[in-house]
Amino acid sequence: MGNPMRIRANATGDVVEVKVLMRHDMETGQRKDASGKAVPAHFIQTLTAKCNDKVVLDMMMGTSISKDPFLSFKFKGGAKGDKITITWKDNTGDSRTDEAAVS
Amino acid sequence: MNEKRRDALRIATVLGLAITAGILKPTDVLAADWKSSGFDAKSLQEALAALGADKAAISTDIAVNGPDIAENGAVVPVSVSSNVPNTEFMAILVEKNPTPLSATMTLPAGTEANVSTRVKMGGTSNVHALVKANGKWLIASKEIKVTLGGCGG
Repeated sequence: MGNPMRIRANATGDVVEVKVLMRHDMETGQRKDASGKAVPAHFIQTLTAKCNDKVVLDMMMGTSISKDPFLSFKFKGGAKGDKITITWKDNTGDSRTDEAAVS
Repeated sequence: MNEKRRDALRIATVLGLAITAGILKPTDVLAADWKSSGFDAKSLQEALAALGADKAAISTDIAVNGPDIAENGAVVPVSVSSNVPNTEFMAILVEKNPTPLSATMTLPAGTEANVSTRVKMGGTSNVHALVKANGKWLIASKEIKVTLGGCGG
């Protein structure tokens, strides 16, 4: 199970703004470590965001997303108290799911 | 309609069975989707072609937003926005990166066509916003200058 992510979701009217900060190395596979060996690629490939049971964003990422990926987006139709669930999967098969309530 | 439902059920069952039987690991299926989306493409044109967007038209209704100069190429905040109704898909591409396609976003109805993230840039490059709306592909770009490259080099 990957590292926990921070999720903030705020509703203004029926528009919810979601900000997520994930903790992940996002190694490209090109960086060399101190001994000169390439550090293997290790990066998030997919991310799904849901509001209660509805998918509100489906994202795929490559190696050029920065370390500790940040994501911000907005969607209509959410309300205070709704549950935002974010799930990511990386290229090693690891995954992480975290939730937050819309405030 | 019934035909499609039957097909979908059939495919889902076969995939499900294959995964359960260990023939296809979930990571394989995932990897297949991810690979075929152009993330391995080594040039802008190749990435666009992989997405089926090689004939994308330049549009002023979509935009890449980001700094003119990024001091740290490892963390460059960029956002992609579209004023075109029915925007269903957006992507960010950093032209001069070894693999230009950085991210793709599928937007269900109700999600705003305005997503922000942070990308790594190896050096000064055009950053492109690719959008699919109403079946049409649109593209816009902005040059972002980078003083310190962000790929570990």
